[in-house]
Amino acid sequence: MSHADNRAERICEISGSNPYMCMKCGKCSASCPSYNEMDIKPHQFVSYVLNDDIESLVKSKAAFKCLGCFACIERCPRNVQPGKLVDAARQIVEREKGGDYIQPEEIPALLGEDVPQQLLVSAFRRYRR
Amino acid sequence: MKYSYYPGCTLKNKAQDLDKYARASAVAMGFELVEIPEWQCCGGVYPLGSDEIASKLSSVRALNYAKEQGQDLVTLCSACHHVLKRVNDDMKNVEDIRTRANNYMQLDAPYAGETKVLHFLEVIRDIIGFDELAKMVKNPLTGRKIGAYYGCLTLRPGKILDFDDPENPKIMEDFIRALGAEPVIYSMRNECCGGYASLKDPAFAQDRTKQIFENSSDFGADCLITACPLCMYNLNKSDADAKVPVYYFTELLAEALGVKEEA
Repeated sequence: MSHADNRAERICEISGSNPYMCMKCGKCSASCPSYNEMDIKPHQFVSYVLNDDIESLVKSKAAFKCLGCFACIERCPRNVQPGKLVDAARQIVEREKGGDYIQPEEIPALLGEDVPQQLLVSAFRRYRR
Repeated sequence: MKYSYYPGCTLKNKAQDLDKYARASAVAMGFELVEIPEWQCCGGVYPLGSDEIASKLSSVRALNYAKEQGQDLVTLCSACHHVLKRVNDDMKNVEDIRTRANNYMQLDAPYAGETKVLHFLEVIRDIIGFDELAKMVKNPLTGRKIGAYYGCLTLRPGKILDFDDPENPKIMEDFIRALGAEPVIYSMRNECCGGYASLKDPAFAQDRTKQIFENSSDFGADCLITACPLCMYNLNKSDADAKVPVYYFTELLAEALGVKEEA
């Protein structure tokens, strides 16, 4: 548990989301196409922020498994919109030095002939600061 | 009718078909797409962080250019449509972002979300009308069973994009009907294709697209249409047994309007 740096507050600030509104219906995780890929599920992100356990979120790669598809944001009945918390956790990781999920040096090996520009710019925007 | 047109990075390169069939079809339907000079890439992903400003400025430049021309802004790519509409909403409704973006940009007049952003399909639905489109069709796609693949970015979040009902959309089905074909409604039409995960984790995207093809085939689709170059890429990469051909919606439009060859 890390209370010292107020990272939970920063996550709420960056996301503009209020995790206290959550009624734990689980619609976010039920909607999530990356549910099986995440060790911490979307509905659990809300609890981790509430419990001020940001260290676990930062250590997990779950935030990088989010596809930004906005299903949980659209379907949240309480306007908590867990995807925003997931994205804010990702940004906390990336804004802290060395947290990028992709390096430019990796790109040439990943490039196929038909890779669209949209894929590269989207991945770069989501995977690194 | 003239529109400011924002093609976006991919339509200039890997998704040239999406662009060229749209331009030819626009002429056939009686409107003109005037490309915004020196437009910049939207970034592909809307920056969700409430303190993100710099990554939104390329969109503001395009939006403001359209305002100065007194034109609505039309775009085709799902990602550009998503980012431009959301940044426009920020400029209109989020005072902090509006103030900081305008302070930075020093425009002749401050930009406050005045431009109307339209997806190409919205121009057809809201300005031309699907009934009118049906009258313009020269080569109806009779007998074809087409599944609309919406994906995520054209629809969500529904309140801001205001494109269609995000859970039960019908704009692409109405479009398919206007072209003389039969729309196939299947449950995964608004689920994610795997998006940018395919760069580092192609197996995950394979799993997503396999489910999409299996589902659309179960409902009898003999092809899918999309407005998104990334959906197109992920679907094309699929090695699913149930795989069917995928087209940009503009290609079928040009075909039906009889302008495909000259595009």
